Amino acid sequence: MYDLLLFLILLLLGYVFGQRAEKRHFRSIIEREKALRDILVFSERRIPDEDQLEGTLVSGNVVISVDFFKRFVANLRNLVGGRVSSYESLLERARREAILRMKEAARRKGATAVWNLRLETASIHKGAQNGIGAVEVVAYGTAVRQRR
Amino acid sequence: MIVTNIETVPGMQIVKHLGLVSGNTVRSKHAGRDIMAGLKNIFGGELKGYTELLTESREEATKRMIEQARAIGANAVVNVRFSTSSVAAGAAELFAYGTAVVVE
Repeated sequence: MYDLLLFLILLLLGYVFGQRAEKRHFRSIIEREKALRDILVFSERRIPDEDQLEGTLVSGNVVISVDFFKRFVANLRNLVGGRVSSYESLLERARREAILRMKEAARRKGATAVWNLRLETASIHKGAQNGIGAVEVVAYGTAVRQRR
Repeated sequence: MIVTNIETVPGMQIVKHLGLVSGNTVRSKHAGRDIMAGLKNIFGGELKGYTELLTESREEATKRMIEQARAIGANAVVNVRFSTSSVAAGAAELFAYGTAVVVE
């Protein structure tokens, strides 16, 4: 009985705080994406007109965990298969956040563009029982600026 | 030391290739961070402790790669890649590798 109660409380807590945190995070992502729009990011590895430029590696990473409610929903979804939208938003948040942090690092270096963007995803809880749980995304690329 | 993840160094010419250099580090998280992460697993959100840990580890791996490059007389590393693998539950290996070159 107590177990069930605890479970329901955890579900509720996960739902309320998880939703709120996700909304807040998306708002902050959109805001910062606007602010950093002038830094262009390409996944292209060839830089045109590179003679007057200098470049250096920049990266950004983030580890995000999914909340209890969403993990429960995903586990249910596992029974029937199909689209697991609760993990989709987790990965989207993580990717956009990692790219933003990379752009922030590029700005600190005075760069105007980032070339050859690579995204790498690693699951942190691999081997542990609770499946995905948390995910790490790292974004890295070559930031370039005008040679001084 | 210039590090890039494209084949060239912008605005410079590669005059000599010195071969592959790499650096790695295996880190595990400590218990305090694990407890915080357990809480975060209920509420969701960023695990700041892990983010920092992985950033530090990746920097360490990059540093080792750069040291290796310097030791063989390179002044730049191009085509750098990162890779992560989990060795056991709770420990992760961060690996950085690239091509050491001489540019001018």
